[in-house]
Order: sequence, then structure tokens, then C-alpha cells
Amino acid sequence: MDWMTLSPEEWTAVRLSLKVATVATLVGLPFGIGVALALARGRFWGQSLLNGLVLLPLILPPVVTGYILLIVFGQRGPVGRWLADYFGIVFSFRWTGAALACGIMGFPLMVRAIRLAIESVDARLEEAAGTLGANRTWVFATVTLPLIVPGILTGMILCFAKAMGEFGATITFVSNIPGETQTLPSAIYTFTQVPGGDQGALRLTLVSVAISMLALLASEVMARLAHRRLEIE
Amino acid sequence: MTLAIDIRHRLGSFQLDAKFETGGGLVALFGRSGSGKTSIVNIIAGLIRPDHGRVVNDGVVLVDRARGIFVPRHRRRIGYVFQEGRLFPHLTVRQNLLYGRFFAPDSERREGFDPVVDLLGIGGLLDRRPGRLSGGEKQRVAIGRALLAGPRLLLMDEPLASLDEARKAEIFPYIERLRDQNRVPIVYVSHALAEVARLASTVVLVAEGKVAAVGATTDVMHRLDLFALTGRAEAGSIIEAIVERHDAAFGLTELRSRAGVWRLPRLDLAIGTRLRLTVRARDVMLAKSAPGDLSALNIVPGVVTDMAGAGGSMGAIVEIKLDCNGDVLIARLTRYSVERLGLAPGQQIHALIKSVALDRRGLSGPNRGPAGADAEANET
Repeated sequence: MDWMTLSPEEWTAVRLSLKVATVATLVGLPFGIGVALALARGRFWGQSLLNGLVLLPLILPPVVTGYILLIVFGQRGPVGRWLADYFGIVFSFRWTGAALACGIMGFPLMVRAIRLAIESVDARLEEAAGTLGANRTWVFATVTLPLIVPGILTGMILCFAKAMGEFGATITFVSNIPGETQTLPSAIYTFTQVPGGDQGALRLTLVSVAISMLALLASEVMARLAHRRLEIE
Repeated sequence: MTLAIDIRHRLGSFQLDAKFETGGGLVALFGRSGSGKTSIVNIIAGLIRPDHGRVVNDGVVLVDRARGIFVPRHRRRIGYVFQEGRLFPHLTVRQNLLYGRFFAPDSERREGFDPVVDLLGIGGLLDRRPGRLSGGEKQRVAIGRALLAGPRLLLMDEPLASLDEARKAEIFPYIERLRDQNRVPIVYVSHALAEVARLASTVVLVAEGKVAAVGATTDVMHRLDLFALTGRAEAGSIIEAIVERHDAAFGLTELRSRAGVWRLPRLDLAIGTRLRLTVRARDVMLAKSAPGDLSALNIVPGVVTDMAGAGGSMGAIVEIKLDCNGDVLIARLTRYSVERLGLAPGQQIHALIKSVALDRRGLSGPNRGPAGADAEANET
């Protein structure tokens, strides 16, 4: 069983990946709901442009996305320098950068799931809430939001899973620094590049499979619970 | 309370041009499907912004396009019971009922939770979710939810249309109680003559986006010229009657109206109960002299007051309106029969109606509610 034990370095990579994926999902969530609402319900100039921009990371090679992040959010990038000067937020070669890259890559999946959920909400229920005295904010909080919870959970899990597996954009943007930006996929990649790294790669692969399976199971359970609660007529 | 509407609105190729004013009680917006009834209530509720015009309820201006006034739906204090209920699927019945109450200011909470739950008989459903309710239960909860928001006007858009006859019969008494306890003025949308005849005190007849007639239910229903709009097959007259006697031996009940005595199959109603009897024009026969040996039990003398041919003077069918000591009866005959009898306005005549034609569906009364209706009424 010795070969099954993770080394401290490997544990660090697992913990870092979980942290990066969790932060990417949670920080991305409010933006995801906002953008999904704008795309599903809004009617404004540039809507198709926004839609395309959100979906872009899904289609671009991850390396290209990573490089764009490097140019924009890097130390000398316009947004990166501004954030560093005014808020002290630094992305380049930090785990925060890995979270940003993972979040950007998972964002389209999250938005898509939430948007579909919003579009399937019966607008007539929202009308009914309006006649009962709820203004738009209350209608959203008490009717729309509870009804799209299953979609939000699906979106979060998709985003989390994508973030756990993200490799190309992360390694391009923040490199592969053990303990700082070396996530699970980067660590597996590193193992495959050194002689005798097979066992380490296998161990981390199993961990990766286990986490993915758990995430899938969790989403199944939550979807079933949500469905039972709603008892769709 | 008065509701005054004067609106013009275009929906695709459909032009709505409605103007009417009503008092309290239960006002029916009556007309065929697609005549614009639902658009009118949607404008009252604030779900549609009309192109032009005004909506004023109880002195409060809700819409006045000329002055740029449009009160948003959540500030109108107008309850809305939708055809499909529209209960919130993620909330229990209790939470659904309390939803509108949460948003109502204290001064507007006119209805207590328990009285409304009792009125609608939904006490046993409170912890269930809407997905597990029958159609009739859903509509009762929807009525309760709208009432508890403390509305100044209650809109009901064909609340019975999606229910079968048994479920309809289950809800009628609750709507009648609501009407008779005079808690809130109601605008009731329907295309079913029987519902309107049974429930409404005032009728607004809507046809092709316009108001064809407004008036007391009996006045509108008894206008021969409107039969084409009110629905010829079911058209007839409405007679206010009172339960006078039960004949146990033959299983009959005797009602009295101004026209005389009506015998019909036994009704489980207390003596003295007031009700409305609907007599369809196609169920009425006429005879010039009082007939002797005849099976029909209801023979009412009257005077011909009006005659109108359906489909013009050369049509096969003629409707004849009678004055029976103050009650109106309408008979539908062939033109051939009319000429054979030589019927003309002013003529004395006898109307014959089979008892079995007067079935329970044509009846309504304030006290036909379920057990406990009277006790509840005394409490409030």
C-alpha cells in the first residue's frame, strides 16, 4: 500500500487544486448569475457580443486564452498593473492567477447552465408574484432564484470540474510553480516529464478521477433533491 | 366602489377598444374566447400597458396615458386569480397563501388568515406543495392567496375553465360565498353562460374587442338582439325564485317566483332559500290555451312582449320573449310554429316547461355552500 500514499508535494498539489477550483467557482458565481440573467432576460445593444465573449474560452485553444490573460492581467498588463496599484491584487505567478484562469475557462459552462435554467422559468409565475405585491427585486429573490437553484448547482459543478482539470491556460498564464501554481494537471504533467515519475502520475490521476466522480455524484443527488422538492406538475 | 375603464390597445391585428363603468358586487366580463376579455383584465392588473386610455379603480387612477400615469402591478393592490392557478411550485400551500400578505402594509391586511382558510376549506392542505393538489384545490388556494394580499379588487380569469364539471361544482359555492359576504368587488371573466347567469350581478358583454352591452345580468341576458353574442344554444331567461315546499311523495321541490309555481326534481335546500333558475329558450313550449292532459308540470301564463327572428326575418327560428307577471321567459320556436299559432306582441299565452329540463346546473343560490356555510357567515 505504500505506493498509494501521497507525498507532501503531491498533497500540496491536491490541496491547491481544490482551493483554486473552489475560489474560481465561488467568485465566478455572482458574475455568472448576472451575465446569465442579462443574456436570458435582457434586451440590449451588444447582447450577442457579450454572449460571444463569454463563450470564447470554450472555443479558443486554452494556451491562447492563457496568453491573453498574461497580456491583460500580467505584471505589465493594463488591468494587471491597475489592480496591483489600487487593490494590491496580483495575478501573475500566484495561485490567484491560477484561480482567474480556471474561472475564465469554467465561466461559459456555468453561464450556460444558469441561463438555460432562467429561460425555463415560467414567466407567468413572476407575473403572479407581481400582482401579489412583489417588486422586481423581490420577484427575483423569492420566485426566480429558488426555481433556478438546480441550474445554479449544475453550473457550479461544471465550473468546478472544469477548473479542476484546467491545464493549458493556467500553465501559460502563471507557469508551473510547486506550492503556488502547480495544480493537479500541472503536477501530473511534471511527473510524466521526469524519469520514474509514473507512480506519482498514477496516484494523482486516481485522485483526480475520485474528485470528478464525487462532483458528479453530488450533482446527481442535488438534482434529484431539487426535482423532488418542485414536483413539476 | 367603481371601476371605470376607457382603453384602446392594439395586439397584433387585434384592436381592443373598451369603455365601461361598473359598481360593486360580482361583475362578469362575458364573451367568446378571443373577444379580448383577458386582455382587459391584464390591463386592469398592470400586466399590459395600454396604448391609450384610463383605468380608475375606486377613485385611484391606475393608468392614464395622457397624463403619463402607469402604476406598476405590484403597487395596484389588485388580486388576480389566473385560469391555471399559477401557484409557486417551490412553496407550500401555507407559504403560497402568505406570499401576498407579506408585501401588504398592515393597513391593507383586511383578511385574516384563518377566516380565509375556513372560507375556502383548505385547512387540510396547508403543508402540501402545489404539485400534489387537485385542480379544484389549486384554484381554491389561488383564490385564498389573492384574497390574503388584501386586494381592493379581485380579478378572476376563467378560474373554472380548466376544471371538469365535478370540480366546478366544488368551487362554485366558495365563489358565491365570497360574493355574498361582500368582502371585495370581483371582476369575473367567463365565456360560460351558466357561470355568468349563476354568479354575476352585472354583466359586461365583450365582443371582438369592444363592449357590446353593460347592465344587470338579467337585463343583458334577456335581450334577444344579443343572443348571437351571449351564445344561442344555452341562452334563456333567469328567474329569481324561492324554495316553497318539498313534495316527499313524488320527490319534487316547489319553487315560487313572480310567474308562479315551479316544480322540479327534489333539491336539498331549506325552505325559504333564494335561488336563480335558468330556463333555456329551447326548453320552453308555447300554447294559446291552457292545456289539460299534459305531462309538463310547469305551465306559466304570460304575455308576448317581443319577437326576434334569428338570422333575419326569413330565418327558421324565432325567439319570443314573454312577460309572466314580472318574470321574463324566452321561448325558441320555428317560424312555422309562430305563424301557425299567429303569435304577436300583446298576446296572452301559456308557457310549458318540462320539470326535468330544470336541472341542478341551472340553479344557484347564496345558501348552496357546503355544510357550515351559514355558521361561518354568522361569525363574520
